[in-house]
Amino acid sequence: MKVRVEVTRRPEIADPQGTTIKRALHDLGHTHVNEVRVNSVFHLEIDGADPDGVRSKVEEMCRQLLANPVLEDFDIELLQ
Amino acid sequence: MTTAVVVFPGTNCEHDVVSAISSLGGNARLVWHRETDLDGYDSVILPGGFAHGDALRTGAIARFSPIMEPVARFARAGKPVVGICNGFQILCEAGLLPGALIANRDLSFICRYVDVEVTDTGTVLTNNAEPGQRLRIPLNSYEGNWVSPEGEGRVVVRYVDDPNGSTDRAAAVANSAGNVVGIMPHPERATDRLLGSTDGNVFLRSFLSSLVPA
Amino acid sequence: MTEQPVHRLLGMTDGEYASVVDILDRPPMPAELAMYSVMWSEHCSYKSSRKHLGRFPTEAPWVVVGPGENAGVVDLGDGWLAALRIESHNHPSFVEPYQGAATGVGGILRDVFTMGARPIALWDQIRFGPLDNPKNRYLLNGVVGGIAGYGNAVGVPTVGGEIEFDPGYTGNPLVNVMCLGILKREQLVLGTAGTPGTMAVLLGKATGRDGIGGASVLASASFDEESGAKRPSVQVGDPFEEKKLIEACLELYDKALVVGVQDLGAAGLSCATSEPAGRAGVGMEVDLDRVHTRESGMTAPELLMSESQERMMAFVAPDKVEEVLAIADKWEIDSAVVGEVKAGGTLRISHRGEVVAELPAATLADNAPLYDRPARRPAWLDEVQGRPGPDLSFHDPADLLRDLLDDPAIGSSAWIHEQYDHMLFLNTVVGPGSDGSLLRVKGTDKGLAVSTDGNGRLCYLEPRIGGARLVYEAALNVAVTGARPMAVVDNLNFGNPEKPEVMWQFKESVEGISQACEALEIPVVGGNVSFYNETDGVDINPTPVIGVLGLADPMPGDPPRLSRATEGMELWLVGPEASGNLSGTAVQRLLDDKPGGIPTAPDPATARHVIALAADLAHTAPVLHDISDGGLAVAAAEISIASGIGVSIEAPEAEIFSEDPHRFLVAIEAGASRPAAESARKVGVFGGDQIVLNGSALDVDIGASTYLDALPRRMR
Repeated sequence: MKVRVEVTRRPEIADPQGTTIKRALHDLGHTHVNEVRVNSVFHLEIDGADPDGVRSKVEEMCRQLLANPVLEDFDIELLQ
Repeated sequence: MTTAVVVFPGTNCEHDVVSAISSLGGNARLVWHRETDLDGYDSVILPGGFAHGDALRTGAIARFSPIMEPVARFARAGKPVVGICNGFQILCEAGLLPGALIANRDLSFICRYVDVEVTDTGTVLTNNAEPGQRLRIPLNSYEGNWVSPEGEGRVVVRYVDDPNGSTDRAAAVANSAGNVVGIMPHPERATDRLLGSTDGNVFLRSFLSSLVPA
Repeated sequence: MTEQPVHRLLGMTDGEYASVVDILDRPPMPAELAMYSVMWSEHCSYKSSRKHLGRFPTEAPWVVVGPGENAGVVDLGDGWLAALRIESHNHPSFVEPYQGAATGVGGILRDVFTMGARPIALWDQIRFGPLDNPKNRYLLNGVVGGIAGYGNAVGVPTVGGEIEFDPGYTGNPLVNVMCLGILKREQLVLGTAGTPGTMAVLLGKATGRDGIGGASVLASASFDEESGAKRPSVQVGDPFEEKKLIEACLELYDKALVVGVQDLGAAGLSCATSEPAGRAGVGMEVDLDRVHTRESGMTAPELLMSESQERMMAFVAPDKVEEVLAIADKWEIDSAVVGEVKAGGTLRISHRGEVVAELPAATLADNAPLYDRPARRPAWLDEVQGRPGPDLSFHDPADLLRDLLDDPAIGSSAWIHEQYDHMLFLNTVVGPGSDGSLLRVKGTDKGLAVSTDGNGRLCYLEPRIGGARLVYEAALNVAVTGARPMAVVDNLNFGNPEKPEVMWQFKESVEGISQACEALEIPVVGGNVSFYNETDGVDINPTPVIGVLGLADPMPGDPPRLSRATEGMELWLVGPEASGNLSGTAVQRLLDDKPGGIPTAPDPATARHVIALAADLAHTAPVLHDISDGGLAVAAAEISIASGIGVSIEAPEAEIFSEDPHRFLVAIEAGASRPAAESARKVGVFGGDQIVLNGSALDVDIGASTYLDALPRRMR
């Protein structure tokens, strides 16, 4: 099963890299950009066909490694 | 004969470069990245640091700074343009040097002396060196691993060992004309016996001797 | 769940709340309560420690600014000053090691450049549980990564530090960072709000809900199983913003555009408004609507308590405000005029058109509670001090040496310090991996030496002896680079001060530190106290960390280095004969399950004499090395490994692993006249490819690979 995981910094946590990129976009004339957040996307291929089982495995991976629970949230999308 | 040492927000080696150049009798001045011309300068150094905090990719934002237009004109006109560390990364992002710099093989920042070997003396940074000359200068980078997927690039200085996985053990790379050079270790940090090495002077003397009046 | 009064949720006792009502003569409004709660927290007010900190000697003719400002400042002569400060970021580093350590670096830098100084170097003192526990490896990786990530990118070299491991730090790692800055006398700036009419300009990062309640909740309460619930307070460091802020502030100082500056750390705007006003004896009007924010809908208490990083408050004469804003703009940092200094002492804060706080500014600092907490010598100490020392009789000295070199606290720190830029600014004459760091002051003949030292086990066994010995050791480390000790900063990491045993350890350590400072005539110019370092009711070992600044004027032309020993050189030991007492030593740590005994007491007169000798010898000797962890054996081996040459040691058995204080090694050329010290005795000769301890040999190659791999092999 193919799985897409997006790890995002929680909205209340600062994202200095996003802020710097926003400023650079403004410098290039894209002044209509109000916010930039930099996230990570993971594409996983996992053995198993049971959606619930795969989801709960990936949740475990997110909590253990892929996301930093102190700063980040994660979103799991099962693709076929 | 004055060298422009370009300062981006986040640059941090600018004063070290100016003082090393001055200690060799050269003349260097700081130039802010918002400047739009390099009138009155004969050469350019992009010093090390973390321009724009290395946001997105090293050098990715700095290449759009206004100063980079005159720097590119300088490069095309055959005048000496040298990037050290972050400056090397910026020159690659700006397309003035081939390839790109990615994270070190071991995914760790490396700050230590490394031994390098000059393999090409036909550039503005190496013309005072002997072919094959070995020198000891400090490396100080996380993205010091040069890759050149198209196989382009003229490797002019190689690491003796392989500290970071750089293709062809490249420590410095030049354009085909030899007037634009990026070097990952810091020559300006090896210019005083008290600090451990004066080998960096070989590179900086080459650079100064390449200068011809504007 | 029972309904708690708000002040208790903010960490305030009922008695403290009553004092606030007393000061205001009415119940506080929410924003006022927030301000008092953060300013009166342990972290900001030092309410449990202040009474004892008065014991420190703080005066000397060369002290320009003593404790109480953002950093201590001393006079180096010829118009040059040095600013120094040390601070802990223990609790945040446990919650999120990378960001906790990173923001610790950011905070200490601001303390130093607030004074008008350019920060030129950092030192980190870090302590963890044993590395066989993966949690501790994770914490060490994160902390080193955070220090590297922030320090390298902000462009201030990390030139030294120290590391210690002990099971007590498993649930509570210690992360202390020290910073040194230099400035010309005319650039000195203080944290004062100036006179009425002065404008308050907030510079730097936009304010968000970072670390809300961090000062009171996070830094002043103990960890327990619930600590995960406190996680929303984590702050994220932005070294790029800080770099721009440093350059902008230094330009403001150069152009003499500010009256005073205060950084925003713990307690954020609450502190940055009330403290400068209190110091200047003035009041202030502040409009929170002008504060540039990252998040919308922030309440007044949130704005006042936010610990968003990389912010400074500049106090500026009205006719200079335009120029200040233009410089901020040039450096691409945000700025906002948020207030104006007023006559009288009232701090009046408005938000959305309403006054949300109106209080006597000085009371936030001056009226903070002061506790005289009970102190009692721990009942268990007799049993601990009565334990016999380690028995070396069945051990081969070379085997012991190899095991000591494999101790990750003794082995090479290269795995750590090669992740830090330690060379920027071209000042690092003697860098990491030596006793003390030596930095040149460009444009002068002066050198500045710094050593930081802590030793939790020594202080656990006898805190007064431990505290004093740290000062003597750091002072000797500075002396072997050729410098005379001139100032001390301290970071006092302790357990829960509400326990009388912890309070006793604290008092005794302070007494020991004070006595040693008096003996050496070096003032304490600043410090930090970190209490509540306990997990599930277990306190850490008492861990004061001492930083000593020394001045070498002139700096030795060719300073001693561990790598300068060559064939035929003689090795001499200077200092008192070893007592045979191995209490608190590395070899005891190696052989015995638990520390025990009473460590050898220091001797002030000997200390003064030996430190002066070392500072003199540093101008001629090729190698000087303090004897500390692992004794003569490890000290000689470190020289041997660094120089790539063997050494043969012949010395009384008691000398080999002794860590008795006030002792150092000096190498001299063969046939050169003996070191000019009565106590000097020859203990060895360099040559060959083995380290030989009274006939027991270890190959230099094996010693070197053990030493170099002690830390990396545990982190793989």
